[in-house]
Parts: sequence; C-alpha cells; structure tokens
Amino acid sequence: MGMTMTQKILAAHAGLESVTAGQLIEANLDLVLGNDITSPVAIKEMEKMKVDGVFHKDKIALVPDHFVPNKDIKSAEHCKCVREFARRNEITNYFEVGEMGIEHALLPEKGLTVAGDVIIGADSHTCTYGALGAFSTGVGSTDMAAGMATGKAWFKVPSAIRFNLVGKPQKWVSGKDVILHIIGMIGVDGALYKSMEFVGEGIQNLSMDDRFTIANMAIEAGGKNGIFPVDDLAKEYMKEHSTRSFTVYEADEDAVYDEEYTIDLSTLRSTIAFPHLPENTKTIDEIKEDIRIDQVVIGSCTNGRLDDLRIAAEVLKGRHVAKGMRCIVIPATQKIYMQAMEEGLLKTFIEAGAVVSTPTCGPCLGGYMGILAEGERCVSTTNRNFVGRMGHVNSEIYLASPAVAAASAVTGKISCPCQLD
Amino acid sequence: MKAKGSVFKYGDNVDTDVIIPARYLNSSDPAELATHCMEDIDKDFVKKVQKGDIIVADKNFGCGSSREHAPIAIKAAGVSCVITETFARIFYRNAINIGLPIIECPEASRGIEAGDEVEIDFDSGVIKNLTKGTSFKGQPFPEFMQKIIQAEGLVNYINNK
Repeated sequence: MGMTMTQKILAAHAGLESVTAGQLIEANLDLVLGNDITSPVAIKEMEKMKVDGVFHKDKIALVPDHFVPNKDIKSAEHCKCVREFARRNEITNYFEVGEMGIEHALLPEKGLTVAGDVIIGADSHTCTYGALGAFSTGVGSTDMAAGMATGKAWFKVPSAIRFNLVGKPQKWVSGKDVILHIIGMIGVDGALYKSMEFVGEGIQNLSMDDRFTIANMAIEAGGKNGIFPVDDLAKEYMKEHSTRSFTVYEADEDAVYDEEYTIDLSTLRSTIAFPHLPENTKTIDEIKEDIRIDQVVIGSCTNGRLDDLRIAAEVLKGRHVAKGMRCIVIPATQKIYMQAMEEGLLKTFIEAGAVVSTPTCGPCLGGYMGILAEGERCVSTTNRNFVGRMGHVNSEIYLASPAVAAASAVTGKISCPCQLD
Repeated sequence: MKAKGSVFKYGDNVDTDVIIPARYLNSSDPAELATHCMEDIDKDFVKKVQKGDIIVADKNFGCGSSREHAPIAIKAAGVSCVITETFARIFYRNAINIGLPIIECPEASRGIEAGDEVEIDFDSGVIKNLTKGTSFKGQPFPEFMQKIIQAEGLVNYINNK
C-alpha cells in the first residue's frame, strides 16, 4: 500500500521500509524546540532523568518568545532558567532578546528547519514547518524533555486528509483565508490525529509566507501536522536561508487518504472566524451587521511575516486608524522588523497611528502588549479566539487576514480593503 | 487500580486556555496552577473539587495549546480521571506523560451528568455511574500506562525501569 508524504518521512526516520496508519514507531529527531513557557517544565523533567545532558547541542532550539522581553518577575525567572540551561548544555541555537523572534517564524528564517526533517516542539504551532516539506508537530514538555535527552520520540503514524488546491486567490485573499475556510469546512477537530496534506497546482499561487500560515493553523483543525510538497519556491527558500541539505519526499500515487477535498482558491473570499472557535467562520460578504471593534493585532507566528506586513501597510498607506481604535503591529522576527523598516512599512504603520512592537507572542495568548478589557472586541491575525484567550473572559476575538485586520483598523468595524474609499 | 468521585461535566472543545489561562503560565508550580484550574469555563470548579473527582466532557477535550500545564493543573486539583468522547492529540499525550488517567468513551460521556457519582476500574475499563445505576465499557488501561500513572509520569517510569 502506498504511503503519504508524512508516512514516508516517518518511515525513513524510524529506519523502516514502510509504515501504515496506526502503527507505533520510534523516530529519530532532527530538531527539538521549546519556548519560555514550555522549556522550564521540560528542563525540570529532564533533570530528573538519569542522563548526562542533551543528545545533540546543535539539534535543540530554545526560543524565549512568549512573555519576552520579560513581562514580569516570574517570567524573568522562567527565562533565566532556560538561559542557564542553554549555557550549561552549550546549546547552539538559543536565541536571546535582540536575536530572537517568534519561534515558528524564526527557525525557518535561521535555516534550522528543512524538507524531510522530523521536528518536535513544545508548542502547538510547531506544525508550521510543514510548509517546507518537513514533518513537524507540537508536543508537551515531557516529550520535549525525552527528545532533548534521547533524540527520539514515539509517534502513532497518522492517516491523512488530502486538500487539492486549484486556481489563484483574488486580490486581498491570502493563506489565512485559505486555512480559515478549511477549518470552517471541517471543524476544529476535523483533522484530529491526522495529517493535512496540501497538494495541487494552486500551491504555485501561494507564497512561502502563505504556506507557513496555512501549515501553522493545521493544529486548529486538530491536525497532527500540515504538509506541502517541496516545489521550486520552497527549494529556493531553503537555499537562501539554510546551509543544511534537505530531502524531498513525495506521496506515493497509490497513497490512501481518509478524505479528499478540492478547493478552488479563486472562489475564496476574505474569511473571518467569529468568537469563540476558529471554525465559526463567515466570509466578509456574509457579515451584514456592523461589528464595532476596539483593537486590531497584526502579528504572531501565524501572520507576523514580511508578506503580512506588506499587505497591512498597503492597506494603511495614506489612511489612519479610526479614532479610539488601537492597532498593534508586531513583526515576528528581528530580520522581518529590519526589512519592514528598510521598506518603509514601519513608517507607514506609525503614520497611520498604529504602534509597532518588538517581536513577541504577547497578546496572542493573552500574555501582555494588548490585553482586552471586559466587553472589548479585537480583530486579530493570530490563531485562536477561545474564551479569554486575549484577556477578559467576556472579550471577543475575530480571527482574520492582515488585509482584513488593517482595513478594520481604519474603519473601526470588521471590514475588507475592498470596502475602503 | 480504581478511581471514584463526583462528576464535573463540560461540553465540546474545552480548550487549554480555559483549563489554565495563559495569564497564569508565568508559573509552572502544580499547586499554584491548580488554584486556577478551569477558571475561565467554571469559576466554582476550584472551590468545589474534591480529591478523586472526575471530569467528563464531550469531544476534542484539551484542544489548542501544547501547554502541559493543563493536565498538570487538573491532576494537581485532585481530579482522578478525565472521561471524554475524544481528546485533542497533544493533551492526550501530555496527560499520559504526566500520569493523569484519561479514557475515551463516547457512551459514558453521553450517559453521565454533572454531580453523578462514578467509579472507574482501570484494569477492566468499566465505568460505573453509581447514581444512575448504569455502566459503560471503556478501553482497559494497558499495563505500561498503569505503570506510568503509578510512577506519577513518564520520567519516573523511565527512571524506574
């Protein structure tokens, strides 16, 4: 029986000729990742283990990004714990404030994730690296600890859902709209325990940043991983960012999928997920009433990349954030920040009345840098709109693309750029 | 191995943000996390929960973030088992790894209400609703999983081997 792309990567890393869905395997890891929330717990667990240290000092990435720059004393203590662990174990890829960024934007940019890798990260959005043709999935701190100690993890081989993407998205429709459309269609547990494999000629019309966004939110459909074929654009990206060699795996022609969907990208519209689940989607055309908002956040591991900032700036250029609105822009990495500065995007944001923050996960998970009060509403390019996710339990988050977020900042209500002027 | 307690009942898609809100993740101390367990979905949970009590919910329990703090908070609050129709996959792994007993059993999830007294036999997988006099058959816990739970987590289990 043929294997999916994910199954082939897992088989190769388990030293097996082939694997089938449901099989339990132990796989060698190319990278183990943690952040300032999950690593302290992992470090504590690893220190209980009878091991001499980490399995490979180059194959661990520690990225304090959630509550960093430290938001309070307790967060500072967590970061100190991670910093000291990195120093003690001579971890090559520890990223201090000044060089850090949001982990899932940072690691591909630093060339640490390439096609064919098996990657675990103690962060649910670790599935992002599937955009480059890697198998990557989120785990908890104990799995991270075991991964750091042994360089291995056990997996149940997932079955898969295939999404055949065709056509070209219209202006202002981006990767975020594609993935919100899919989550709206299959639900927040529609891909539970499964791979989401994206294929089809439509992929050539998606930028790498679009693909990172799509793979990033596979977890919001319950998916174990999201994965894209490795085309010329992905290869170019890896050659530009990484010195590591990569391996291209392709699904067998007779691979078996649990379900298959064809999505014509040209028919998609700007899509918004209403509170309090990412599956509560409506297209911009389906929103008949005015939904007044108090805040806009443009950033996160989902949509804080350069393409996202370019789109937001294109909308905000020569316009101004509505009176009484707060618009918070958070470039995901230092490099993106610098590029945005060189391209004049930051100037556009500031002239429009937005604030620009240093890279941090911050408000996405209700940490800091934009917490909502009772009754407030936010249009956010982040990934979750659960109850209380960005602040008060009686606040609301509407998930949207950078285009919709920027346009909404201008009007003070949920809007798309096509509705401006 | 057995567990017995009174039931707290929740619906679909109980996410890790309501199990333990991120505003408390500047701590990783189980006892402190337990004082905020379920805070954003059920303010009274922490006041009412007794050692041995059981959480029953519908599908996709523990969706969202990978924070191991979620099963840690539930366990430290005294909960002896979580029974659901389905679990989100990272939560499922994390619960086993830290030694929190969990069972997927759609029939039990439908047949148990808040406040019911429930007894679980992990060897046989039998879940008894003592209040209603009904019984459900979940998957028995494999031996290694029982050992992980008895060892209070994967790390101790590995060390004990």
